[in-house]
This record gives sequence, C-alpha cells and structure tokens, in this order.
Amino acid sequence: MTRLAPTPGQTVGPFFHYALPYPGDADLVLAGAPGAVRLHGTVRDGAGAGVPDALLELWQADPAGTVVQRAGSLHRDGWTFTGFGRCATDRTGRYSFTTLTPGAVGDGLPFFAVTVFARGLLHRLSTRAYLPLADGATDALLTAAGARAGTLVAAAEADGYRFDVHLQGPEETVFLQAPGETPS
Amino acid sequence: MAGTMRALESQAELSAEIEDTAAKWATAREPEFQPRRDYPPYRSTLLRHPTKDLFQVDPEGVELFAPAFGQRDVDPLEADLTIQRGGEPLGERMVVTGRVLDGDGRPVRHQLVEVWQANAGGRYIHQRDQHPAPLDPNFTGMGRMLTDADGVYRFTTVKPGPYPWKNHHNAWRPAHIHFSLFGTDFTQRLVTQMYFPGDPLFALDPIYQSIVDPAARERLVATYDHDVTTHEWATGYRWDIVLTGAHRTPTETEEDDR
Ligand SMILES: [Fe+3]
Repeated sequence: MTRLAPTPGQTVGPFFHYALPYPGDADLVLAGAPGAVRLHGTVRDGAGAGVPDALLELWQADPAGTVVQRAGSLHRDGWTFTGFGRCATDRTGRYSFTTLTPGAVGDGLPFFAVTVFARGLLHRLSTRAYLPLADGATDALLTAAGARAGTLVAAAEADGYRFDVHLQGPEETVFLQAPGETPS
Repeated sequence: MAGTMRALESQAELSAEIEDTAAKWATAREPEFQPRRDYPPYRSTLLRHPTKDLFQVDPEGVELFAPAFGQRDVDPLEADLTIQRGGEPLGERMVVTGRVLDGDGRPVRHQLVEVWQANAGGRYIHQRDQHPAPLDPNFTGMGRMLTDADGVYRFTTVKPGPYPWKNHHNAWRPAHIHFSLFGTDFTQRLVTQMYFPGDPLFALDPIYQSIVDPAARERLVATYDHDVTTHEWATGYRWDIVLTGAHRTPTETEEDDR
C-alpha cells in the first residue's frame, strides 16, 4: 500500500499557554471522587533542570480496562470520564493530573500513554507510564528496554503515582516510535 | 538564565551551521520525514533532545485509539478568530482550509484541530512575549474546530506577522500558524506549524530548517488558493495535513458515536 508522506512536526514553542491548556485540563476526575489518584512528576532536561515550558498529554483506559470514546474533555461535566487530559509544567517543571487508575486493556499490562511537547523539542515524544509491576510482570517493550525499563514504570505513592520524564541524561526516559511513523 | 550574558551569534554564523548540516544531507539525499530533534542551530534543543534511539513498538491498548471530541467540546464560533473580541482585528483577513488525512489517505473525521498564532504585528497575547509590537485588543489568536465528515477543517483569521526571538542575534521567525492535530490513534498525535509561500525568512530559520530534507519541510507551506479567496472579504490559503499511518481501521459504528 502506498503511504502518503506525513506532514512533519514542529516545536510547540514558548507561546502555547493561552491556546492549549484549558480549565480542568489536568483533572480527568475531581479530586476526592471515588478512586481518584494523582499522577505527577517533573520533566527534566539533560542538565537535570526542570523544564518550565513543557506540556504533557495523558490518554488512558478506565479502571475496567475500557478505552472510552466519549466527548467532553474540553468542557468537563464532572461525571464523564473521557480518559484524556493535558497539563502544562509549572515554573519548576512539575505536572500533576488527577485521574483514575487505568485497567489492563486485553492481555496487556496497564499503563498511561503520555505525550510530551516542549519549547526546544522539535517533535513530540511518546512514552508509557506503566503501573507499578507485580513480581515478574513484563512485556515486549519492558523486556526490550532492559536496564532502562525502570524509566517506563510509575512509582507507587500514598495518593497515586509518580512518573518523572527525563528528556536527556543518565536517566533518559525510553521514548517510543510506532511502525509507520516514517513511511516505507 | 545562563545564556543572557553571552553575546549572541550573528545570523551569518548561525546560517553557516544550517548550511553545513544541509550540505551533509545533500551528499546522500536520504529521505527524512520529521525534524531532527538533535538540531544544534536551534539552541534550546541542546539539553532537550533524547540522545538514545527511540524504541520501535507496536501500539497496543489505548494507543490504538484517539480521544474523542465532539460538539460539546467546541463552539462553531471558535473557528472564527476575527470575532472573539467584539471588534475587527487589524491585518489581512484570510481563510485557511484543508483536509486532515491519515497515511493511507483516509479522512480523519470529526476530530479536533486547535490553532494559535501571533497577531498581524507579530505579537502573541502570551505574557512571556516581550516583542515591542502592539497587542491588538480585538485579537486573541487562538481557535478550535472539528473536521467534518470529509476531514475538512476551515477557519477565519488574520495573517500573522513574523516576529523576533532570542535564538541568535537578529533572529526572526517566518510568519506561521501553530496547529495541534489528533488522528484516529494516539500515536498520530501531531503539533506543527503552517507557513506561507515564499517567506524570505525560510532559509534563515533554524526551526523550519531542522527538517533537513527540503521535500519534507515544504509540506509545511500552505498554497494560496483563489478559489478559497472570497470577493471583497478574505484571501484564502489551502493546507492539507497527513498524519502518520493509522494502526487500526475505525469502524463505521464508532464514527457514528462521536
Ligand atoms: Fe510561534
């Protein structure tokens, strides 16, 4: 099959804050809702400094492992779980979502899909934040990532999960590419 | 910031770096489709690009689907950036339209498109924009819309101006509109910039030139289309967007639910 050549990406730049974030963007559920958890962390550059002008997007299944296809992410009604959220990092590079714990979809391990945009990042980066792993649990990606697999796993905390993103450096996050991202 | 006291390089020095990379690419002309994340002429990439290869993985679970957006999310008036503040913004009124397609040429139907841009003077409403060009009280510079059943988006705005930035001395961005796009699976997520034909700043801009294959970067340039231009009202530009290949064929029922 002939694939059309894709339109290239470009950096989100420094001036996205008045356009992409929106009220309630990082709150997939309200704090205090039954089952609400926090997914938070820091985006760091190659010098270990927090990245203050990054934007994270979160896309996830619901706790039953269902991928919901419901509108309403941009105007949340407080009741509909859409599975999508967005969070701009603060001055120190931190982000924080309020959400539900994703269930496993099919036979896979449960994870949050995370996309990272930033000034100075010319094309978005995709990764996964797996839920803390039961003993021996693995899959093809975690096995392939080997010693770096830990960068793909969120840490359990009392109120949820912590997941730091390292764009560069000794703890550089494993970033993903899907087949077909470059046509053949 | 550590960089503020350092003397900024001249455009000539920066352009030499751009040309050096372009010349190296031209020896083999291996097709490239995306910007190089590691592109030193854009100084802010230095500490923000991954140094290790990305892992190729088959998308699974939630990655095979995209978030759904609908009429609850977007007011049709958000596709007109010239009516948001009660008065007419200054500048060249124009319509931008095109189709959003996946890598197999299928239209991306009923999906969210977000745009943002500087005003006609090259100034963003963003508080961190210190360019001493006037703000326009009648222009915010952000819009949203949904594609229709053929994947078509369309919005009305004014042409953005070029603006200076601090990458090097006398650095100017070509006029552009930022676009944010979703496909039918999350791996197709794209944020990019649309440019205007014949911009004299193209050769000088490290963000545009970070796509080193000229055939690829020219895909970011819209076409003036007189059939989009309307009599005594607005000029028209056409720009089609192709997302990377979808990994799952959406079913008709799924589309009907949106
Ligand atoms: Fe811009």
